[in-house]
Amino acid sequence: MSEIKLAENKVKELEKVCAEHGHQPGELINVLHKAQSIFGYLPREVQEIVACKLGIPVSKVYGVVTFYSFFTMTPKGEHPISVCMGTACYVRGAEKVLDEFKRALGLQVGETSADGKFSLSSLRCVGACGLAPVVLIGEKVYGRVVPGDVEKILKELN
Amino acid sequence: MSYKMHILVCGGTGCRASASQNIIERLQDSLKEQNLHNEVQVIATGCFGFCEKGPIVKIMPDNTFYVQVKPEDAPEIVHEHIIKGRKVERLLYRDPERKIAVSDSKHMGFYKKQLRIALRNCGFIDPENIEEYIGRDGYAALAKCLSELKPEEVIQEIKLSGLRGRGGGGFPTGLKWEFARKYQSDQKYVVCNADEGDPGAFMDRSIMEGDPHSVIEAMAICGYSIGANKGLVYIRAEYPLAIERLRIAIRQAEEYGLLGTNIMGTGFDFTIEIRYGAGAFVCGEETALIHSMEGQRGEPTTKPPFPAESGYNRKPTNVNNVETLANIPVILTKGAGWFNKIGSEKSKGTKVFALAGKINNVGLIEVPMGTTLREVIYEVGGGIKNDKKFKAVQTGGPSGGCLTEKHLDTPIDFDNLIAAGSMMGSGGMIVMDEDDCMVAVAKFYLEFIVEESCGKCSPCRIGNKRLLEILTRITEGKGSMSDLETLENLSKVIKDTALCGLGQTSPNPVLSTLENFYDEYVAHIRDHKCPSGQCKALLSYKIDPKLCVGCTLCARNCPVDAIIGERKEPHFIDTAKCIKCGTCIDKCKFKAISVV
Repeated sequence: MSEIKLAENKVKELEKVCAEHGHQPGELINVLHKAQSIFGYLPREVQEIVACKLGIPVSKVYGVVTFYSFFTMTPKGEHPISVCMGTACYVRGAEKVLDEFKRALGLQVGETSADGKFSLSSLRCVGACGLAPVVLIGEKVYGRVVPGDVEKILKELN
Repeated sequence: MSYKMHILVCGGTGCRASASQNIIERLQDSLKEQNLHNEVQVIATGCFGFCEKGPIVKIMPDNTFYVQVKPEDAPEIVHEHIIKGRKVERLLYRDPERKIAVSDSKHMGFYKKQLRIALRNCGFIDPENIEEYIGRDGYAALAKCLSELKPEEVIQEIKLSGLRGRGGGGFPTGLKWEFARKYQSDQKYVVCNADEGDPGAFMDRSIMEGDPHSVIEAMAICGYSIGANKGLVYIRAEYPLAIERLRIAIRQAEEYGLLGTNIMGTGFDFTIEIRYGAGAFVCGEETALIHSMEGQRGEPTTKPPFPAESGYNRKPTNVNNVETLANIPVILTKGAGWFNKIGSEKSKGTKVFALAGKINNVGLIEVPMGTTLREVIYEVGGGIKNDKKFKAVQTGGPSGGCLTEKHLDTPIDFDNLIAAGSMMGSGGMIVMDEDDCMVAVAKFYLEFIVEESCGKCSPCRIGNKRLLEILTRITEGKGSMSDLETLENLSKVIKDTALCGLGQTSPNPVLSTLENFYDEYVAHIRDHKCPSGQCKALLSYKIDPKLCVGCTLCARNCPVDAIIGERKEPHFIDTAKCIKCGTCIDKCKFKAISVV
């Protein structure tokens, strides 16, 4: 894996966050949340900085990052597409919608398109079960989606 | 300023997703145009529960309940209803049976059987305004505890009420508080478990979005009772709106002297901090949750020691779920004697369910314990969507089981659901119809469990993976009859040997579907058929040339252009191209396409 050069101002911001949390190992998850909102994802280089500032091994940081589904080590696309796979959406056909996104984008769950435009993921319940199946793209919620809507939605974003 | 009328607009997640924010803006604009903005107030409330018909708009004081409102309806509501006093007929709820418009929610099937205790303020108050909560007896329970009751008396009252934990376990709340009180320590903690990870359950989020102060008040009461002065809310980072409302509520409570030092001049100190979860189902388990709050991987540890003895930072900690806490203030203001008259013999009070799936009225409901599944599904839920046949109801989320027709008259409570092979869980209730394949449903839950298993103990980490492999094989038509025996044996071993609640209940969907839908498993294995037409590997799509009129609708909607045919001529499906997505069946108006 090649080294990623992190933007200096973002690194400064991250160091500030670590300081605000008193460099406490117990604050690791809170720090990682903020780190992810600064960088958009948590590559190795970011984890190393956090480990160093909090005085814990990188392996421990990596262990936490990979444990929780909210944290990601790959950058999300410009339009992050999340198909809800909660039970309510599942029984109303979410799997078919997800399959259609996979096919139309040529992506698997967890991948980002080469041009950085789209990323595909599944998530568990956004609590809008009345609109099932639900697709979340960025902040926008698409409700009662059927596979036939997928092309139209993607065209809208392109 | 006093307003003559109030327009309540649902600001819950579901309705916001359908542009309820825009409705509020349009209503405010219209009121301003008519110079009524000083007389009519628009309030964004928490969830009304009737998500199926959202966005909901309610006009007070005349209690008119409008459904599926769009932003462009706002001027009409202002002109007709507010100015002329005439109800906007077309936006009223239509009773599907009596075919009449109903304007008062009390007369709707969805609300008739409901009794809202935990959700008492959701949809009534502006959650971002503490005065509205206080106006509905908010913080009266805390005042009563601090000024009139000893901590032991508060615990006694909660014990008498019979309240049991709503997060899944059903452990008596008063007893839990008593344990935490018993341990002496320089520091104790009250933790609110708001890490709602059960897919398809959203009651905790609705309470935090719609009535955050009830949770704050209850945490303070718990702190007073067990001798803790620090509260922590562990909440999913995926719930930005709930987090925001909680923050506002905590800040307001501090400003009003209801949190902080020397609360109400009684010398009692209590503060609340928010901690974020990061997406791990296992963190609903209290020991895992505590490790996560300490900045570690959310892996459970064996109990004892229980958190009441050694929890967060190894100090005595009491963990309660959001819905449990929301019940506390009202129990103390109305009395344990009031609360324990509601519900069944061993399960007191009400339970909130997230009713979803193939049901007409999807939404958040609260019914007394002891209500039957039939009442919930057919009366509150309005029956099965598109008049299909009921097949199963899944309760308790990924740890629960699938119940069938024969369980419909079972009164819902903690013990009955367990006896029937399922569980209460956090209150997800997913209704399935004849089109749902129960083997695929079991596989769906196992996929979830395998993804969420923390990996610490081998029965859960390896055993569930094996279960999933077998189920996958069966849904692909590659299973053998001996697989069924293996499924059952392995499930029992996992139940007996897994470390925490997640693993011990993870095989429930497999065991309950095996018991109730054995024939479906056999059909997949012996006949290589999926009776519900869901398991892709076992089916192919066919157009009946006699029924097809050549309208081309299916061909135009097919995402992979697998349907060929001339206009007004019967069409055909190219099975090599077909991805079996089912779009054509949904689109065909002549029922010419079938799954074989």
